[in-house]
This record gives sequence, structure tokens and C-alpha cells, in this order.
Amino acid sequence: MTLKFVPSICSYCGTGCGLLFQVMDGQLVGTLPMKTHPVNQGKLCIKGWNLHEHITSELRLKHPLLNTFGRMTKVGWDDAIGFAADRLKTIVAEHGPDSVGVLVSAKITNEENYLAQKFARAAIGTNNVDHCARL
Amino acid sequence: MAGLAAAFGSGAMTNSYDDLETAGCFFVIGSNTTACHPLIARRIYRAKERGAKLIVADPRGIQLSNFADLAVNHRLGSDVALLNGMMHCILRNGWEARDYIDSRTEGFAELEAAVADYPPERVQAITGVSVRDIEAMADLYANHGPSALLYAMGITQHTTGVDNVKSCCNLALLCGYVGAAGGGVNPLRGQNNVQGACDMGGLPNVFTGYQPVTVPENVAKFSQAWGRPLSDKPGLTITDMVGAMLGRHIRALYVIGENPKLSDPDWNHLHHALKKLDLLIVQDLFLSETAQIADVILPAAAVAEKDGTFTSSERRCARIHKAVEPVGQALADWEIISRLSSAMGYPMDYAGPSEIFDEMASLTPKSYAGMSYERLGLDGLQWPCPDRDHPGTPILHTQSCARGLGKFHAIAYQDPAEMPDQEYPYFLTTGRMFAHYHTGTMTRISPHLDAEQRRGYVSIHPADASKLDIADGDLLVLASRRGEMEAPARVNANVQPGCLFMPIHFGENPANVLTNAEAYDPLAKIPEFKVSAVRIAKAREASP
Repeated sequence: MTLKFVPSICSYCGTGCGLLFQVMDGQLVGTLPMKTHPVNQGKLCIKGWNLHEHITSELRLKHPLLNTFGRMTKVGWDDAIGFAADRLKTIVAEHGPDSVGVLVSAKITNEENYLAQKFARAAIGTNNVDHCARL
Repeated sequence: MAGLAAAFGSGAMTNSYDDLETAGCFFVIGSNTTACHPLIARRIYRAKERGAKLIVADPRGIQLSNFADLAVNHRLGSDVALLNGMMHCILRNGWEARDYIDSRTEGFAELEAAVADYPPERVQAITGVSVRDIEAMADLYANHGPSALLYAMGITQHTTGVDNVKSCCNLALLCGYVGAAGGGVNPLRGQNNVQGACDMGGLPNVFTGYQPVTVPENVAKFSQAWGRPLSDKPGLTITDMVGAMLGRHIRALYVIGENPKLSDPDWNHLHHALKKLDLLIVQDLFLSETAQIADVILPAAAVAEKDGTFTSSERRCARIHKAVEPVGQALADWEIISRLSSAMGYPMDYAGPSEIFDEMASLTPKSYAGMSYERLGLDGLQWPCPDRDHPGTPILHTQSCARGLGKFHAIAYQDPAEMPDQEYPYFLTTGRMFAHYHTGTMTRISPHLDAEQRRGYVSIHPADASKLDIADGDLLVLASRRGEMEAPARVNANVQPGCLFMPIHFGENPANVLTNAEAYDPLAKIPEFKVSAVRIAKAREASP
């Protein structure tokens, strides 16, 4: 049996509590508050204590899906990305880059937000980038 | 964001959690802190044990109200009037910080003239808060300083959201609390990386670090770094995008880690707009309400399955570490975006998040330039951190504001877009509860959180309930000008008579069928989730 504790930050509210994911034999089994973290000083709320539960949920999406006329089909990454890229290219060619909108997220990392707005601005060519901080 | 930036030059929490504990007084307005930010509420309780005062202003009775030195329930959407009334009392009694106003602020004469129109007697008529309480709030806030003002979506989700924030800033400037330890204006962010998404340029008008896309030097810098000529035309906000989808100006939408179908105001309106798209790509952990109507659904890795950083409300950028492999074929969002971009003919080839972070930091000189994964360690760093030796910044605006002088704004009170009338006689407001989060996609599938509350509900005051012969658990039909929906009644006196409350977490009782997409702040484009007018009736069948 191997037990690991991996430092992370809670992904619920905007407080930013430090926590430790418990990993037993490669499986995520629990969440603990980080004793030394300056934000939460060894405490977590009920959501933080249960952060791992949404990650290990059976309901997680496990494959890319294409939705054709209401029918969901499992596909590989190359097919999913290829389909999305071709459709996006056609729409940009026909209607211009400002016919595309990108909604980035207050849930993903800084690095991913940076790449998403870079994708909108450089790859597509539009400033139609927003996220749900307004909502 | 917009209100704070206009007043101080920076749209972020001015102080830090540690620093909050040194406050002499807390003023919490529009934040149900114990339910939504429990570990920040803990700081308030700790300071209180050491003798700090606590003022709570909220349309509902919340847990913090029970521990407050003074708790008031102002009428929904009357924040500007309440704050102006407090400032009126402060000025009338000479409690303002004269030296600070003279040396560090501008626009005081205009503010003074504006709040002269808000004697407490008039404010009582607008807000329902008694003259005595308004005077006592002013006294506590001004005379037990430094006072820390905390707010959340109860201030921003209004047609007057920016005015509300500016009024909070006015109050703090008036007493000299901006830039002071234990003081400041402190917005508590609802989602873990709202601050980071804004900092990273996830907004239609700015690149990273709030560098406007309309400034030619910024466009030139990013065009050169990214190897493509970039647009200097600000893009559409999410609120405007919905209109553009209905008008067929936006044909494709790429949604990353969002469930706008449940979080946007006016569900029917948005559903209609999404259906008009030629292409909807959704990237998420789950088959959310929005993913269910997408053309392409891309499975993303969760927080424990990737490396990266989040930036919290107190501007602290901190690391997350990969603990386990993603489930199934899921990939980290940065990998999916890179693959899609490369397939579009704009190659993104990063070894990992650390390399992306370094590129971002090199383009973001004032706030992130001094950060690297190595420096972040376990505790993270608070921006601004402009160079590699900089220790980070716990309190903003200590010597001067980011914009130079702190700016007072003269703000007049305006009614919410929708007031109750004969047809729709009740106010409805929305919010969160302690065990759930946002649209519920994460918490409702967590067994221990789901067990706390499985169903949506609508809170109604006992006086209203008895008038309509409603008992606890009765199924009610709620209707607004947008649509109607059902939810079981929860009869309690935490809401005021004439005002209903619904949590936003429950897709089967979607409060946002009722809220108003047409009403939003003209500048911030934040919809008025917090105020709608509705009518209620008992559904024919009692709830099981």
C-alpha cells in the first residue's frame, strides 16, 4: 500500500484554501486541510472536506462525444478535435472571426485561462472572450 | 470590478485575510459569508472575540446577523440609499477623515453635495431601516475603525451594481480606510478563480493584467509575442453575446468549464439563443445542462488531475499539483485548448503549465512578472509582484491609490429595474446555501453534500404564508414576466415580508427561469439576479 498527500487549492469558492489530496495506491480517497497554509490555517468548510467526491464521481465525462440530431456518439480525441476545428474554420471563413465567442472559466487554472483567451485572440482573431464572473 | 477600478485604479480586494483580523469594525453588506466563504467568516468571528464590532446589512437574516453588534435588513436593491444615508450621518457629525480626504482623494465636493440629499429620514423611507439604526451604523463604522468593508454578489448582481460598489468605495474613502491595515473594500469572489480569469485577460476588453486591447502599444506587444496581428476592437460581454446569438451574428460558441444554461439569467431566453448556434462546443467535467445541447463535448480533467495555479480573492496566486491521472480519456483544459488551436492552424506546443505560466508572466509586467512556480511554493504570492525579489503585496493603495488619488463618485439612488406591482407583488432574490455551490454540478453529485439538501425551495415569511394559507412543504408556482416554475415552500422569518428567496443550485427548480436577462448594469453587464418581481400561488398538488 502506498499513501501520498498532494498539495492543492480548493476549487469551490474564491477563498483559496490550501488542502492535501489523499491518494492511496493511485486512487483519490480524501481531502484534508493543509495545516501550514496561510489562508485556512488547518481548517476547511464542508465543501472543501468533500472536494474529492465530485472528482471521483461516476458521472464524470470519460470520452469526447459528438451530438448528431440528439444522438450522443463516443469518439476519439482526433475525431472530436478535427470536427470542432473544421466547423470553426468554416464559420470563421464564412462569417468572420467575430462570429465566434469563447467563454473562459472561473473554474479552470490561470494557465488555461491564458491559453483560452490567446486562442480566441490569436487563433480565431476575436476579442469575444468573457467568463461568468458577471453571473 | 468596474466600480473598484474607477475609484482606486485596481479591481481587486484591497486587503488580505490575515489583515482582516486587525479590523476594529466589520461592515458586511450583500455577503452571506458563513455560507459562501466560511473560512473568511472565521476571521470575522476571531476578530469579534478580540472585541471588533460587526455591522451586517442584508435583505435576509443570515447567520452573521445573529452575532452582529447591529444587523439591519434593508429593502432589496436599496444599497446606494443606505450607504448614502450612512455617509450623510458621518458628515453631519464631522466623523470623516479630513486630512486623508484632503491629501489622498478627489471629488469630495461632489460627494458631499450628493449625500446631502440623503438624510436618514428619507433613507428610512427607501430602505426600511430605522433612522436610529442608520445613525448607529455610521457611528460604529466611522468611530471604531479601521473598518473593513466586505461584500459579495449581493452588491454586484444589480442593475446598479457598479453604483453599489462605488458607494462602498465612497464610504471607505470618507473615513480614510483605503490603504489602511484592517480596513479597505473587500469583494469576496464567488468562484475559485474569478480573480485569475480576470487577471489572465478572460474579458472582452483587456489582455492579461488589465492591459486594454484598445491601446496600440498593448496590441503591438501581444501581436509580436503571439506572432499574429490582433484585433483592437473590444469584444462582446457574455450578456451581449446572448443577443448576438439570437441575431445570428455569433454562430459558434466555445464554452470551457461553464454551465451558462443554469447560471445565466432568464433560462428560456438563453436556451433559445444557444439553439440558434451553428456550433456549440462544451468542455466540462460533466454532462451539464449546457453540454446536453452541445454539438461537441470535450471531457476535461478535474482539479486533482492537473498542474497549474489559481488566484484567490486576496490576489494570492497558488499552485495546484497533479495527484492522480484523469478519468477515462479526459485531458487537462490546457491540453485540449492546445490541440484545438493546433488543429486550427495556430500551433500551441507547450511542455506543461509551467512554461505557459512563464510566458504569461513575461507579458504581465505589473502584477505577475515576479512570479514563477519555484517562487510560489506552497503558500503562493499576492500580486502585485513586479520582480523576482518582490515579496508580494498584502495591502493595496498604502501610499497612494493605483490611479493616484482615490476618487469619490456622486451616486444617486435608483430603484431596481423591476419593483413589485399589483400583478407581480413579491420581491424575489437568489443566493447560495452552505453545502452547495453555484449550479450544483459539483456539489449535488457529492454524497456528503447532497445529503445536506436535495431539493430546491423558496423561503417565504410566515405572515405572507398565512395570508395565502401556505404551509411548510407546500408546492408553490412562482411566475415572473419571463416564465414560471415550481418549488416547495420553506416558511421562515429569515426573509422579510413581501420578499422571497430561492437558492440557485437546483436545476429542477431553476430560479433563473424567473430572473431578468434584460436588466443588467449598463457598465459591468452583470445581470440583476438579486431582484425580480414575482407572483405566487399554491400548486394544485401538495408536494410529496
